[in-house]
Amino acid sequence: MSTTFPADSVGLVVPKLHRFDEPLPLDSGRELPHYELAYETYGKLNQDRSNAILICHALSGDHHAAGYYSPDDRKPGWWESCIGPGKPIDTNRFFVVSLNNIGGCSGSTGPASINPRNGKRYGPHFPIVTVADWVRSQARLADVLGIDCWAAVIGGSLGAMQALQWAIDYPDRLRHALLIATAPKLSAQNIAFNEVARQAIVSDPDFHDGYYMDHGVVPRRGLALARMLGHITYLSDDAMRAKFGREPRGASGKLSYSFEVDFQVESYLRYQGQSFVERFDANTYLLMTKALDYFDPAAKHDHDLSAALAHVTAKFLVASFTSDWRFAPSRSREIVRALLDGDKSVAYAEIDAPHGHDAFLLPIPAYFDVMHAYLEQVAEEVGA
Amino acid sequence: MSELQLRADLAIISQWIAPGSRVLDLGCGDGTLLKYLQEHRDVSGYGLEIDPANVVACIRNKVDVIQTDLDAGLSDFDPDSFDYVVMSQTLQAVSYPHRLICEMLRIGRQGIVTFPNFGYWRVRLQLGLKGRMPVSNALPHAWYDTPNIRLCTLRDFEALCREQNIRILERHVLDHAHHERAFSRWLPNLLGEVAMYRFERGD
Repeated sequence: MSTTFPADSVGLVVPKLHRFDEPLPLDSGRELPHYELAYETYGKLNQDRSNAILICHALSGDHHAAGYYSPDDRKPGWWESCIGPGKPIDTNRFFVVSLNNIGGCSGSTGPASINPRNGKRYGPHFPIVTVADWVRSQARLADVLGIDCWAAVIGGSLGAMQALQWAIDYPDRLRHALLIATAPKLSAQNIAFNEVARQAIVSDPDFHDGYYMDHGVVPRRGLALARMLGHITYLSDDAMRAKFGREPRGASGKLSYSFEVDFQVESYLRYQGQSFVERFDANTYLLMTKALDYFDPAAKHDHDLSAALAHVTAKFLVASFTSDWRFAPSRSREIVRALLDGDKSVAYAEIDAPHGHDAFLLPIPAYFDVMHAYLEQVAEEVGA
Repeated sequence: MSELQLRADLAIISQWIAPGSRVLDLGCGDGTLLKYLQEHRDVSGYGLEIDPANVVACIRNKVDVIQTDLDAGLSDFDPDSFDYVVMSQTLQAVSYPHRLICEMLRIGRQGIVTFPNFGYWRVRLQLGLKGRMPVSNALPHAWYDTPNIRLCTLRDFEALCREQNIRILERHVLDHAHHERAFSRWLPNLLGEVAMYRFERGD
C-alpha cells in the first residue's frame, strides 16, 4: 500500500468482476441470460465468515465506495468518510463488499453492455430492473464470496431500500439492516421529480430513443438537467442559502441583464450537471429512477408494511435527517412503526442536520456517532 | 450491574415489573433501566428518548431506542401493546402530562411514573420561607433554565388520577437519600422527595 494515502483509508483498491452464467429471473418476467457484477472488497473475511458487510449504493453510486485506484488518484470512493480503519464501518473488524448494481454504468452489466442474443448493445432494450432483482443478484454474489449471512447490509436512500428488501427476501442471510435516509415507497412528489428527470433525458434530441451510443452522441443536455433537478432535491433550502445565498458569480457583482449565469447557485448546478454527464449513462439514469418508483414491498401484502415485514428477523437501525425533504423523517418513521407493530428489534435516530438528503453522505458527527455505536455492537455480536 | 447499583427508584420499578413482560420506557435516558430489565428480568421492549447523546448511549447498551419527542404523542404504538409503560423522572418535563398518562394506559396495561414531589418539606421551606424557587437534588435546575415545567405534589397527582378514572395500585416515596423510610409513609406528601406510582385504568 502506498504511504501517500491517509492512514484511515483502505488505500489502494482494485475492482473485481464476476461473471454469472446462470440466467437471472427478473420481476418484469424477463431474464438476463448472463451478467457481470463489478465489486470491491475492503478488510478481511474472518475464519467463520461472520464479519461481512454489504454496502448497497444509491441512485448514482457504484462499487467504488472507499479507497483509491492509484497513488495519484485525487478522488476516493463515494463513502470514504464512513468506510476504513477505525471509521464507523471499520475495515479492521469487518469485511466490506460493495458492488455496482445491474443496469449500472460502472462495470456491471447494463444498457451499454452487449446483448448476447443479438450481439448489439442493450441500449433502451435493457430490462427494467427492480430493487428485488438487485437483491437477488447480490445474494448470488454472496454465494460466490462464501458469505451465508451478512453481519449487516447497509445503504442510504435507494441503497437502504435494498437493505430493507434483503431483510424481507432473505431473512436468515443478514443479522442487521442499516437504513439511512429512506422511505418504504416513493411519494407522488418523489415520482414526479423522477418523471421530470426522465422527460429531460428522453426529450433531448440526442437521445435517439435510447440508441444514442449507436449515433455516437450522448443526451448531454437532458442528463445534465436531470442531475440539476436531482441536486435541488438533495439539498435543503437552508443548505442552499448557506452554501450560495444570492452570491453573484462574477467578481464585479453586477447583474448581466441576460440569461447568462448571474448567481453562484446557477453555476454550481451547471457544473454538477456537466460533470455528471462525463461519468454517468442516461439509460442507466432512467433505469435507476424507475427502480425507485417501483419499490413498494408492502404492495404484495395489501399495502400493509407490517405484514411485509412479518417474517423479518434482522435487527434494524433506521436513521433520518431533520432537513431531508426528499425522504423526510416521517418516511423513515413509517418503517419504524411497521417494525414496532411486529415487535421487531429497531433503533431509530433522527439526526439534526441542515444539509438535506445529502446528509447521508456527509461525515456529520452526530450521525457517525450513531453508526459507530451501532456497528460496534454488531462487531461484538459476530466476533469481529 | 446488580440491583444495588441501580438508582433507587429504578430498583423499585424493576421489582414492580413481572419477569418476561413487555416494557416501554418513556424518556429512557441512557437505557439503564431497560438494559437491567433485559438482563435480569427477561424483559423486552423499547425506550423513547429525545437527546442524541442518550440515543447513542442506549445503542451502546443494546437497548432498542426510538428517538422521539414525547410531546408529539405516542401514536406510533397500538393499543395494549405493552404490559408496562414506564416514565421515570419525565412527567414533570412534558407539555401535557395528563394526556400522556392517558396515552400510557392506552398502549400499556399498567403505567409506572416517578417524579419529584413538589410538596416535599424542603421544597416548601425554600418557597414558603425563603421565597425562592426550590433547588434540590431532585430539582437541580434554576427557574429560568429548568426542563421541569409541570411540577406537582403527590396530592395533585392523585387528584388527577381520580379525575381521569385511573386506579393507583402501588405508591412509594423516597426520602432525601433516595431510601424508602417507614416514617415517610405517614406523611408522604411532606416527607417524600421522589414519588413513585404504579397504576392502571379504572373500571
